[in-house]
Amino acid sequence: MLDAILLVALVLASVLTVMTARVLRAAIALAVTSAVLAVVMFRLGSPFAGVFELSVCAGLIPAILISVIGLTRRLGPEGLAARRIERLKRYWYLPVLLIIAAVILSQVNLRVDHMVQPITPEADPRTVLWNLRHLDLLGQIVVLLGGAFAVVVLLKELRNER
Amino acid sequence: MNDEAWLFSAFGTGTLLVLIAGVYCVLVSRNLIRTIIGVEILTKAVTLLLILAGYITGRTALAQSLAITLIVIEVAVVVVAVSIVVGLYKDDDDVNAGTLTKLKG
Repeated sequence: MLDAILLVALVLASVLTVMTARVLRAAIALAVTSAVLAVVMFRLGSPFAGVFELSVCAGLIPAILISVIGLTRRLGPEGLAARRIERLKRYWYLPVLLIIAAVILSQVNLRVDHMVQPITPEADPRTVLWNLRHLDLLGQIVVLLGGAFAVVVLLKELRNER
Repeated sequence: MNDEAWLFSAFGTGTLLVLIAGVYCVLVSRNLIRTIIGVEILTKAVTLLLILAGYITGRTALAQSLAITLIVIEVAVVVVAVSIVVGLYKDDDDVNAGTLTKLKG
């Protein structure tokens, strides 16, 4: 029952993220989506990934997005009203599309060949990351350094142009 | 339908619905920040699918390590995308993808 409520909350939060007119509210709704997903991860026996999802995706990323939104110009009440009408024309298909997809998927009856197995003894992501997937760690470090380098280059270009 | 089959069916359906919402957001949005948010929603669906696969097969540790890797990559992608958006905003005073014409070949 709780799983069903969480699933509905997850889908509703993601739809709200897409449909809401103000970008700031969309960023906050994205944080809510991540928080619900973190709870789902805890329920599915993945607490470490849940902690990452909660701290990084529900905390850091919305904070970055909100700080960027703060740099941009805010629409006035008239502009926002016009934007709402214009958005409604483009976005009203989404709930309809989701309802149709949900009906079709409930008829399809997704099956799984591998039923739930007992969790294996090495069920510690730290062991897996350090012993089995150490190349992933290297990849993570390279991606983070690459991202930092890209941001530095982009901001430096901006400063030079000014 | 037993519990595990229901769980897979329900979470699989939820994942696909979130995926549809993300794809729709990326396709329809003109605001670049909103496009980044759409990519984020897509990533949420993929993360949920990874965790679900780990739970179903009993290999939650491997699924968690992959999900953590995905989250790290997600942060790097968002930060770079956001800095590109900031650069474009400084140049054009706008974050509307429809008005960006400088990249046209």
